[in-house]
Amino acid sequence: MKSLMPRQAALLSIILTLMLSFSCSEDPEAVPQSGEVTLVFDHVVGNFPLSLEDLEYTNANGDGFRVSKFQYYISNLVFRKADGTEYHQPESYYLVDESIPSSKLVSVKDVPPGDYSGLSFTIGVDSARNVAGAQTGALDPANGMFWSWNTGYVFLKLEGTSPQSKNGGLVFHTGGFQAPHNSLRTVSLPFLAGQKLRVEASRTPRVSLSADVLRLFQGVNTIRFSELSSTMGGANSVKVADNYTRMFTVGHMRE
Amino acid sequence: MSLSSFRLGRRYVLLCAALGIAACGSEQDITPAESPSFPAGFPEPIYSYRNNPVTEEGFELGRALFYDPILSKDGSVSCGSCHRQEAAFADPGSPVTQGVGGKEGSRNTPALANLRWSRAFFWDGGGNHLELVPLAPITNPLEMGENLSSVIRKLNRDPEYVQAFRKAFQHRDTVNSQQLFRALAQFMGELVSAGSPYDQFQNGKAEALTPEQKKGLVVFKGKCGTCHQPGLFTDHSFRNNGLDADTPQDTGRHLVTESPTDVGRFKVPSLRNVALTSPYMHDGRFGTLQQVLEHYDTGVRRSATLDPALDGPTPGIQLSQAEKRQLLAFLQSLTDQSFIGNKRFAAPRP
Repeated sequence: MKSLMPRQAALLSIILTLMLSFSCSEDPEAVPQSGEVTLVFDHVVGNFPLSLEDLEYTNANGDGFRVSKFQYYISNLVFRKADGTEYHQPESYYLVDESIPSSKLVSVKDVPPGDYSGLSFTIGVDSARNVAGAQTGALDPANGMFWSWNTGYVFLKLEGTSPQSKNGGLVFHTGGFQAPHNSLRTVSLPFLAGQKLRVEASRTPRVSLSADVLRLFQGVNTIRFSELSSTMGGANSVKVADNYTRMFTVGHMRE
Repeated sequence: MSLSSFRLGRRYVLLCAALGIAACGSEQDITPAESPSFPAGFPEPIYSYRNNPVTEEGFELGRALFYDPILSKDGSVSCGSCHRQEAAFADPGSPVTQGVGGKEGSRNTPALANLRWSRAFFWDGGGNHLELVPLAPITNPLEMGENLSSVIRKLNRDPEYVQAFRKAFQHRDTVNSQQLFRALAQFMGELVSAGSPYDQFQNGKAEALTPEQKKGLVVFKGKCGTCHQPGLFTDHSFRNNGLDADTPQDTGRHLVTESPTDVGRFKVPSLRNVALTSPYMHDGRFGTLQQVLEHYDTGVRRSATLDPALDGPTPGIQLSQAEKRQLLAFLQSLTDQSFIGNKRFAAPRP
């Protein structure tokens, strides 16, 4: 640039400006302003709120247990309108951690305006990102949700204790994105009957999503801690994954 | 040789970006105009550098990190402690890895070369991406025993590293793990070995191999080349080569897949520089190549998952004394002096 004469530089900048303004097929000003939605994650154990302190809960099999850690990935959020059209959030990866309150508030920006009737997402990290090498942000392996010996993300971690467990501990780590041990699950949640999520520029509606820890251990497979108290991917992880498809429910919506 | 072409490629990308060609988010469609940086006869690499173009700064940073024990828990072990250049980046004489506090691992340190052509890493293939390979030794309590966030914290506290990362990755931010892994991937990816007498022979220099080695090459192609396919000298498969009759303690590939048919299978290693990488096998049980050949000749043991190529009325690969001599001579011709002597791959001077 230094060597260009001022007139040439001016000409070049005009060309560049023209190229930039015509290079995208969509004119941003023609699109109505998008909105923002906040997803509020809430963790419960049956009828009780989840506490990482010293509270004891009971699973469907009657086994007592305490929880010290509860974290999971949510990815590829999709907002669906009544007419079937969908908004797929790009770069959609979130790590929700019971011990980090801010992680339970997921702010989704740039949602096209409209009335939405439901949403879906994947529990875990899609297979593409499991094989894409070093990632950043929520997917940074430094977050501790990554296996190095069998490369891939841990999708969900629940750790704690149970008197029924053979060694006293509970370590449920799910993961694995390849058949036959694929623990990725997509959940589709219609909003409550008659409720619409209205998205527009002037407001930030909140949708509350509740995850019930008890449902990790019941549903398709009843987990008895005396038989299974630890998973690290693989076939046992799939048993838990088959349950966690029903872990989430949509609660109320508010402004 | 390759760095200048990569620089050119990067300029091309920058120019395209400046002209607005990439302004619609189709960045990934741009193929930098880079000439192949790999030896003739090698296939397209699996790790393409597309998301991590090699630069002098990035490579040098990766090299510094590779030889820096800062990556280990107590500052005592670097990648280079076990991956020694004079042994083609294997650990000469150690059957299994030696980690922090003198802890012993359970497997033999693999040699490092031509890693961009690997789809799966470690003896059991549990690693699926070159960039993330270092995470396993860094975090293994028996190897470097460190955790990743602690490594990143240490690097961010070191002004020289912060500056080197900023230069290598063109930013003014803090160091993150992606930059750590990408710098290491640049160094590891450039560890290309294709300058052995065998390669010179392939390139038309008939006198590069001795008559005995030429005979060995013929035997090799007939009896070893199915698995150790010439070129990369591996077919990247996982096989049970009959080391143990019973279910071994280390079940190999089975640890990754949980499939009973994978018990006792391990990755077929490349044989490049094999004369330097003793001891052999996933557990380093054989000290010499002679022992390895004896194993294939008379030591192969039957089990449910023994590789079909080694099974038969008499399991193994029958070799005459002359064939063994010729094979041993040939295997020496895979030693690449230009690789182990390359100063660019050596520990940087402090």
